[in-house]
Amino acid sequence: MTSLKDLDWKPMALVPLLALAALPAVGSPSTWLTLTVAGLAMGMIVFIIASGLTLVFGLMDVLNFGHGVFIALGAFVATTVLASMGSYTAADSLWLNLLALLPAMLVAMAVAGALGLVFERFIIRPVYGMHLKQILITMGGMIIGEEMIKVIWGPEQIPLPLPEAMRGAVLLGDAAVEKYRLVAVLVGTAVFAAMVWTLNRTKVGLLIRAGVQDREMVESLGYRIKRLFVGVFVAGSALAGLGGVMWGLYQQSVIPQMGAQVNVLIFIVIIIGGLGSTLGALIGALLVGLMANYTGFLVPKVALFSNIALMVAILLWRPQGVYPVTSR
Amino acid sequence: MSEVLLKLEGVHTHIGAYHILHGVDLVVPKGQLTMLLGRNGAGKTTTLRTIMGLWHASQGRITLAGQDITARQTPDIATSGVAYVPESMGIFSDLSVRENLLLAARSARTLDDIDTDRLEWIFGLFPAMKKFWNHPAGKLSGGQKQMLAVSRAIVEPRQLLLIDEPSKGLAPAIIQNMIAAFRELKAAQTTILLVEQNFNFARQLGDSVAVMDDGRVVHSGSMAELAADESLQSKLLGLSLGAHQ
Repeated sequence: MTSLKDLDWKPMALVPLLALAALPAVGSPSTWLTLTVAGLAMGMIVFIIASGLTLVFGLMDVLNFGHGVFIALGAFVATTVLASMGSYTAADSLWLNLLALLPAMLVAMAVAGALGLVFERFIIRPVYGMHLKQILITMGGMIIGEEMIKVIWGPEQIPLPLPEAMRGAVLLGDAAVEKYRLVAVLVGTAVFAAMVWTLNRTKVGLLIRAGVQDREMVESLGYRIKRLFVGVFVAGSALAGLGGVMWGLYQQSVIPQMGAQVNVLIFIVIIIGGLGSTLGALIGALLVGLMANYTGFLVPKVALFSNIALMVAILLWRPQGVYPVTSR
Repeated sequence: MSEVLLKLEGVHTHIGAYHILHGVDLVVPKGQLTMLLGRNGAGKTTTLRTIMGLWHASQGRITLAGQDITARQTPDIATSGVAYVPESMGIFSDLSVRENLLLAARSARTLDDIDTDRLEWIFGLFPAMKKFWNHPAGKLSGGQKQMLAVSRAIVEPRQLLLIDEPSKGLAPAIIQNMIAAFRELKAAQTTILLVEQNFNFARQLGDSVAVMDDGRVVHSGSMAELAADESLQSKLLGLSLGAHQ
């Protein structure tokens, strides 16, 4: 594990710098705090979704433009699970709400992970090493996935209301911070901590980090990188499913195209972060989340453009992303 | 004649449209250090990569301890007991020295599972490994990276080490250090197939030698014989030993 003194702190400093730079532009500290927490929450959800995708690219050079289907599937599965546990979500008790939310998340992850296994076997595996075909076939896979969602759940928007105890806001001074956004920050932090622990403290994690740098050498040491890749792909799909649940609750509704909409954001995030870098994906996601919220408040017309501008600015500074993976 | 550990018979390798190896015949005796020499582009690295399964032989047969490994995948060949040190060294730069060695020790889940005596033996061969134990491997010098690459290959006992140009780009003092380490490995009866361009390095270590040219082995025999015969060196390698001392 890279020790703290060897860690490159500059990219990490971008997150507080962006937040501080926005303070005078926003003006009101309470509004700024609300926007900042919203941005961090959005960033954490995007990180959950993007973390698997960046490792998938890092390990096998696979450009999976179909990642969005796992997001949408996770969110739709959650609507079904939560609808069947209406008495738990309607109760004004955090514990009862969690008793509904946790199974919804676990089932969404399991279903998205299972689809990931099928997706890797039949869509990704035939096109290893062929980037153009990967882009076309994975986008095709996502379209088919969206259509399947429409067949099962219908083409209309489905509401995904927050559980009762997670609605509303808490007051921090004059700032109203939505409770669910705090939950999203907590869940995102827990996922990041689990990933850091796995990648740095387990042998499988070491293999993933080594494989991102030099997969041929990992094979020469006697490990089957393709088996490792399937595991990472399934885990990444499950995380996208979890992110889909979080995103659906954030938006309080789901549509079959939601995966395609988020896809653009997550590709911006993994490019900013450096393809294959988990820490880079976190920094990229937080920057994207904050930028979207600040510009959405200050200059709504440029909100869509702002994240692309952010990516361009970062790539001008570090052409391979904030944490480029060595040997790539 | 020593027992043969590795044998290549009529091995051909194609890389894309290019025909690189044109029927390589090579034997590596058990417990010896065999040098594979030849000019740039002669096919030495391709031979090692073909043995390792990183490129597959299009024709011919490769046997390891009597087992046919020609069509095996790289991880299977590695688990059969072959360790490979590529010319690029293949160091995982973002991982520490400790993590690099832990990965190479396949049977170990944690550092505690690695044989302590063996680790101490490696520290004896390459003290820099102990000194920079928790440092990122990417921050080591070129010589230290080469030491790490070799340490990784020997962190657990292996039947055969394939090592590609370990002296390349190293300072003379570091080369002497590597020679001393390889002498210790030889003393421990390790079987090594070592690709080298530095004849002075090769001459000091090799038991047997094979010289390649144009994708074929054009000479094989004892290293002592080649080292003593300047006209043969000149014919096979286009050099005189005197010029390389």
